[in-house]
Amino acid sequence: MSAPATAATLPATEEAVTVVPLRRAVGALLRKDLLVELRTLESVPGMSLFALSTFVVFHFALNRNSVEGDLATGVLWVTLLFAALLGVNRLFVADAEEGGVDGFLLAPVDRTAMLLAKELTLLCYLVVLELVAVPAFALLLSVPFAHALPDLLLVLLLADLGVAVVGTLVAALAVQTRARDLLGPLLGLPLLVPIVIGAARASSPLLVASHAGTPAARWLAMLALYDLIFGLIAYAVFDFLLED
Amino acid sequence: MSALVVAEIPALPLHTAGKYVAAAYIVVFAIVLIYVAIMAIRLSHIERDLGELLAMTEEEQPQDSSTAERESAPA
Amino acid sequence: MYGKGLRSLSIATVVAVVAAFTLVFFYAPLEAEQGFLQKIFYVHVPLAIIALCGFVLGGLFAIAHLRTRDQRWDLRSYVVIHMSLIFALATLITGSIWAKGSWGHWWVWSEPTLVSFLIVFLLYATYQPLRFSIEDPERQARYASVFAITAGAFVPMNFIAVRLASQYLHPRVLGSTSNLPGPMALTFLVSLVAMALLFATLCKYELTAKSTRFKLRALRRRLAGEQAQRGARRRSAVPEPHSSPALSARVAGGGAST
Repeated sequence: MSAPATAATLPATEEAVTVVPLRRAVGALLRKDLLVELRTLESVPGMSLFALSTFVVFHFALNRNSVEGDLATGVLWVTLLFAALLGVNRLFVADAEEGGVDGFLLAPVDRTAMLLAKELTLLCYLVVLELVAVPAFALLLSVPFAHALPDLLLVLLLADLGVAVVGTLVAALAVQTRARDLLGPLLGLPLLVPIVIGAARASSPLLVASHAGTPAARWLAMLALYDLIFGLIAYAVFDFLLED
Repeated sequence: MSALVVAEIPALPLHTAGKYVAAAYIVVFAIVLIYVAIMAIRLSHIERDLGELLAMTEEEQPQDSSTAERESAPA
Repeated sequence: MYGKGLRSLSIATVVAVVAAFTLVFFYAPLEAEQGFLQKIFYVHVPLAIIALCGFVLGGLFAIAHLRTRDQRWDLRSYVVIHMSLIFALATLITGSIWAKGSWGHWWVWSEPTLVSFLIVFLLYATYQPLRFSIEDPERQARYASVFAITAGAFVPMNFIAVRLASQYLHPRVLGSTSNLPGPMALTFLVSLVAMALLFATLCKYELTAKSTRFKLRALRRRLAGEQAQRGARRRSAVPEPHSSPALSARVAGGGAST
């Protein structure tokens, strides 16, 4: 006839395991990824260099010193997209090859933490990429958009969110396959077409010398809707990718 | 707005339009027939495999009966 | 047991397809503006609708697979997506033929449905390479299901995006299916039903064939296992290798008697 067990009398082992709160887990993973990137510098410098080289190639391919309007939009978004795919390819490679995923699975943490951390990592990569590429774009191809900068930043942000979500999902899918460098872009490009549509249409009126317009609300709404829908889908399916 | 838009495209004369319509329907027919052909090849593979398996079981029968006789004989 | 309803389904398909063709060529009136060329509509649009439904259905089956971990759902998802990919290819080809007949170009960017289909086709064309580059079968099924769900959700999103983006420079040729006059609506409906039945029959056919192949392989494995077991038993029952020349002769003879 024992006294009813209260929290104070529960055996110590049952209280030993506490689940780490999501925010701390995401913060820890994000810090680890960014530290690794800072030390190895294997993604972001490559992405930025690729973007710069692509602008040069476009100069020669289009045989123009300056671009504006739809042409400028096309050059910018195609370059950003392909540079982003370079980063996507490398996103999970270190974790998959060196057992980082297994270690993570053993931790008492909600698996969504890895999804959020990787999305934020990719987002950081994209922001740094754009900090380099967009000014270089303005410089190399004489694109006039200084006065439309806030609008352009908004479009870039919305597009980056979408690329981060879809890129993380595609990276996780591709890393376990044999042809991961090929399948990543192959899977990602069709999925990212709506982002290209929205971002290009939204930023097209911004990259003109005179009478720059504002991005049409429908494109911003479409980008936001896409980000939301795919954010939810990634949240729903990501756990299934991490099981071993 | 009329049911099927296109105010400006005149109807093609029958002999040119007919070719396109025929081409479209032939494409669909061809796809279905190609599928039938693929299934026919698979069916022949299945038949061959089943034949091999049947032969494998027959090969066991005479030897099973011989071991059974030998085990019961020295009893 | 996939083959169970296959016969009645295929008979229904034959009836529906013949009825549809008859209606298309003998009953549906000639359309005022496009003339005879419009008849492609009755095969192109049902192909498109069924392919899209098939892709979404593949995503739904994939959800069932992930929830129940029953491999049969994964098999159904794979077959449905594979078949929808073929139907999508047929949609693109018939749409291209229609565009050539109407506009003189084999491809038009101004037709949002065709453009969306191209993107969807490119996406689902990666499904099989994805599957076959993952060796572990359980992981392959799981990853394929994740892809099917993501892509299935992408399909409607993509259609909305492309429709918003297309410039309505010309009026939409491969036009709307609303407000069809009576006889045309009936013909279209019958064509749609026929295409749906064709899709279902082909999928069931494919499922039956795959299921048969799996059972054959299982049977072969079991027989080979039993053979190995019997071989081991025989060897232990006969201690001296030279004691029964008759047995060794029969073993040698049995092996050659296929």
